[in-house]
Amino acid sequence: MLNTIKSFNFKSWKFLLSVATVALWIYCYSANMDITNSVVASGMRFGMPLALASMVGIMCERSGVINIGIEGTMLLSGFTGFYVASYSKNIVIGLVIAILTGVLTSFVHAMMTIKWGMDQIIAGTIINILASGLTSFLYREGSTVPNTWPIFDIPVLSKIPLLGASLFSQLGPIQLFGMFLIPAIWVMMNKTRWGLRTRSVGENPGAADTAGINVIRMRMTNVMIGGAIGGLVGGFICLELVGSFSKDFTAGTGFTALALMIFGRWNPLGAFAAAILFGLAQALATQLQIFGVNNVPNQFITILPYVFTILVLAFSAGKVRPPAAAGKPYEKEQS
Amino acid sequence: MKLKVTRDVLVPIASVLVALAIGAILIASQGHSPMTAYHVLIVKGFQSTAGLQSTLSKAGILIMSGLAITIGLRAGLFNIGAQGQVLSGALAFTYVGYRLHGLPIWIHLPVALVVGAAFGALVGGFAGFLKATRGVHEVISTIMLNSIMAGVVDYLTQNQFRLQGQPNTRTPEILHSARLPHIFGYPSGFLIAVLLAFFVSWVLKKTTTGFEFESVGRNRNAAWYAGISVKKTIVLGMLVSGAIAGFTGAIFSSETTGYFVPAFYSGIGFDGITVALLGRANPKALIPGAIFIGGMRSAQSAIQFEAGVAPDIINLLLALVLFFATAPFLAKLLKSNAKSITTTSGWGS
Amino acid sequence: MDTTLLRIENLSKTFATVKANDNISLEVNKGEVVALLGENGAGKSTLVKSVFGLVKPDSGTITIKGEVIEAGDTAAAIRHGIGMVHQHFQLVPVMSVAENIILGDEPHKGAFISYAEARESVKELSDKFGLDIDPDAIVEDLPVGLQQRVEILKALRKNVDLLILDEPTAVLTPQEIEELLQVIRNLSSQGVGIIFITHKLREVLAVADRIVVLRNGKSVGTATPKESTESSLAQLMIGREVIFRLDKKEAKPGAVVLEIDDLYVKDDRKLMSVNGLSLSLHAGEILGVAGVEGNGQRELVEALTGMRPTVKGSFSILGEVAIGKNPHAIHTMGVSHVPEDREKDGLIATLSIDENLVLNQYKNPPFAKGWIRNIAAVNSYAAKMIEKFDVRTPSGKYPINSLSGGNKQKVVIAREMSQDSKIIIASQPTRGIDIGSIEFIHNQLLASRDSGVAVLLVSAELDEILSISDRIAVMYGGKIVAILDPHDVDRTQIGRLMAGATQ
Repeated sequence: MLNTIKSFNFKSWKFLLSVATVALWIYCYSANMDITNSVVASGMRFGMPLALASMVGIMCERSGVINIGIEGTMLLSGFTGFYVASYSKNIVIGLVIAILTGVLTSFVHAMMTIKWGMDQIIAGTIINILASGLTSFLYREGSTVPNTWPIFDIPVLSKIPLLGASLFSQLGPIQLFGMFLIPAIWVMMNKTRWGLRTRSVGENPGAADTAGINVIRMRMTNVMIGGAIGGLVGGFICLELVGSFSKDFTAGTGFTALALMIFGRWNPLGAFAAAILFGLAQALATQLQIFGVNNVPNQFITILPYVFTILVLAFSAGKVRPPAAAGKPYEKEQS
Repeated sequence: MKLKVTRDVLVPIASVLVALAIGAILIASQGHSPMTAYHVLIVKGFQSTAGLQSTLSKAGILIMSGLAITIGLRAGLFNIGAQGQVLSGALAFTYVGYRLHGLPIWIHLPVALVVGAAFGALVGGFAGFLKATRGVHEVISTIMLNSIMAGVVDYLTQNQFRLQGQPNTRTPEILHSARLPHIFGYPSGFLIAVLLAFFVSWVLKKTTTGFEFESVGRNRNAAWYAGISVKKTIVLGMLVSGAIAGFTGAIFSSETTGYFVPAFYSGIGFDGITVALLGRANPKALIPGAIFIGGMRSAQSAIQFEAGVAPDIINLLLALVLFFATAPFLAKLLKSNAKSITTTSGWGS
Repeated sequence: MDTTLLRIENLSKTFATVKANDNISLEVNKGEVVALLGENGAGKSTLVKSVFGLVKPDSGTITIKGEVIEAGDTAAAIRHGIGMVHQHFQLVPVMSVAENIILGDEPHKGAFISYAEARESVKELSDKFGLDIDPDAIVEDLPVGLQQRVEILKALRKNVDLLILDEPTAVLTPQEIEELLQVIRNLSSQGVGIIFITHKLREVLAVADRIVVLRNGKSVGTATPKESTESSLAQLMIGREVIFRLDKKEAKPGAVVLEIDDLYVKDDRKLMSVNGLSLSLHAGEILGVAGVEGNGQRELVEALTGMRPTVKGSFSILGEVAIGKNPHAIHTMGVSHVPEDREKDGLIATLSIDENLVLNQYKNPPFAKGWIRNIAAVNSYAAKMIEKFDVRTPSGKYPINSLSGGNKQKVVIAREMSQDSKIIIASQPTRGIDIGSIEFIHNQLLASRDSGVAVLLVSAELDEILSISDRIAVMYGGKIVAILDPHDVDRTQIGRLMAGATQ
């Protein structure tokens, strides 16, 4: 008996949580199909930006750069994407600009951390403060996005009973893109030459360097790919999910994404699963608010995601091993 | 600590000039006159008596929130979420400040200030506890605690602590026995802040606790080797950092606001980060930067009314100053090879 | 036909203020084994790192097979057929053997790595050179000897013409060293030029065709093994005649001061690393713990000094059980600790020399009175220590980082040997420092022992153990496998025990 309790480790805890989630879902589904579908679908909608934001963290950290400037990256790209879309009356141009902004922001971050060897946490903080300062000064009220994105059903998958209606139908293009991108990042990290080199640079840059891999270039590129994804998420939130830009709209999302990355052990699929779970919890909370659960104050529902983030880290942070070189600038000439 | 002219004088001044130049371009691009804006900034921030009073009052607050961040940095902790601790300390102070009647000022004020500091310490210490026992990095936990504390104080201000029969959501007025006296019309908070800066500097240099902070901040393995409990020091570091942040909130309530509305306190914790980084995590060296930022902040509303420029220009200017002063960019141009400051770096617990 | 493989001409490199390489010229022919000999800090590593493109020299040219290679470009060096096995292994611990070997030149189909091909090529290589290894093993799970094998295979896979081996024998048993020297001879007979860095004279004489000696960044002489002796090489290396002036009197062992009973300790990866070890240490003796690194020595020392928790068993200091105590408590019981990694554990790089000299006494009088520290007392005490232990610095106010390795170690030694301890636990006390400092530290340890202090000396340098120990404990697999008398023991016997052979 004692042994059973002792073997009740973290893995089985996670397993039981997933079983419980599925059971709850089936129960809810049988109770009220429409509401359940809408909760699950909005869970996906909440979860996807978080999942993509944690991909930014994964791209950077697997190559050895801690990026706490995800907030700033998203903020700036959401800003430029939204206003360019609004002025050009074209959301596609807006999204492209958002992605470019993300690349540019992460380029500044990469210069500070990789080229100049600045403390990575301070560099990220500066990116965040700079982004907040720029966007709040340049912010103008009253702009709108010209049109909305088309919505797709995935041909076969959307017909799957139970899952299809909530997971695979009525998806925006960026939802779709995320579903493709996240597995693609996993394959890239684990199966390709690029991935092997990225991981080696994040674990032991000295080893990579002696194998003829250009550590600086590898890190710069990965951080900028991360920036492109960050730009995409920022654009996605302002152009699709919310449909407007508001000051400091990120409100801690970038940090939550980092927590989910740690919880998912720097594995894209793990972080994705964690993000979706997180999204579902948020969707459920919102649904409860809509139902008017009067005896729970509004503020306590709003702070739930933050409490959850801390809990997630308290249960996972000490037990996982980050990429060994994350946070350490690489200096080539050591005597 | 020796003064290095390039690093400590030229680079900061150059950073300010470059930031102002970029700011000028952005102001002009919005159809306003940068000259008018900067004129207002100088007059309202640093010339008029009223402006100077407000500047020093704000500078005092910033010195203290900068000290909260600084003492953490010295122990290898980046208390990026001092804001939550400021709120917590401010609300606790306010409650004691309006609730306890009939006490003389020399009892009421200190008691209320200590309660404020204690509540800040509680929030900061919790993050320290999570780091020491569960390996949760303080950068994420304190950011999350910011949002959590924002929710909690909002709830309390709207319910238990609300002054009824008022259109605005706010607490009752803090009693006079818990308000900081002014000295010759100038705020005494500034004096307290300067004294605190000297005290923190003394603690770091001359006490065993200071040595423990410095050791853990620079090399945890060697600190453990030297017989220092790293976990205790981490918790203590966050407790002290949080206490100073809570104290900051308390002083601000006592000296300036007089009652509690969450929005009053926005930015105090984050400006503290700027102050601490500009002062290179040195308790005494952060004072000039705090006065400068205090001046910018006290001219913030005037810049909108008198020059028509959005008040967020101050946020932008401060961000630019911070960027140019910390990134080794201008420093390289000016041929200073000073190393930039470091936090703990990495997710390791 | 020109048989010159590598030609280095007038190479110089300065780090901050130190001239690491000063106008060095060197040639290596095809199939030739050139030993680079020199003390720590003589510039050997810097020179070969320049050849391999890890360091960009300030001036000078490097030519291989008649072609000048671009400075500071590792990829170019590899393209030109240069391979390097580093002193500190350049492996990715969490990856497999195959992944480590193919890194940088991966067999692939499109963007994807072909793992089948990778495994195949590793097998082929290990068959060809007789270096057997499992391509799917995770590197961090392998013993050090096998990790080095991965390093060598990594270099060989690139069809090297010139192989650089930087201190390859430091972590090997005498038998493994023999095998490695055989591998070197094999490779040179296949036409591979080899640069072999070491400070061990015996190995140089055994394998080199030509010996180049560096001192203070300059090339000070060339010799062949035939015309050299160990003492002639040592003299060239140090620049003066070497007399090992060890002042070693007969030991007068006293009572047991440290008793270890069936101790179990886990390493960082939670694997049992000290496995039921028992040992007793007497006052007035130096007990040398010999063993190949990674056999639990580090964990043993860390457990005994309170830096690492123990799993099972116990140990007592001066009769008092000391299990579960923290470093401060154990230090207070009278134990000094010279840690293996002085940079990581023993010093705080950015603090001053003065502060580092009282690092673990900062709370004790006269350095502190209650909460308040007495900086003046720290400084005057430190000044005395700097004088007494001959730390070469203009002032104790400079950060410890401004000192050389040998002087840093003197600071640690000064601190640990001036505290009236009953026990000194010294782990690799002379690693990476110059011969003058080594001699000094050995004499200090002997002086402490003569005054009745017990010394536990853990070292991977067999010569060090043999020259100053009064008893030798051989450690293998987390246990003491033999206790020997240094007077009637030979190197091969210890070597076999270190490799796990039973007596």
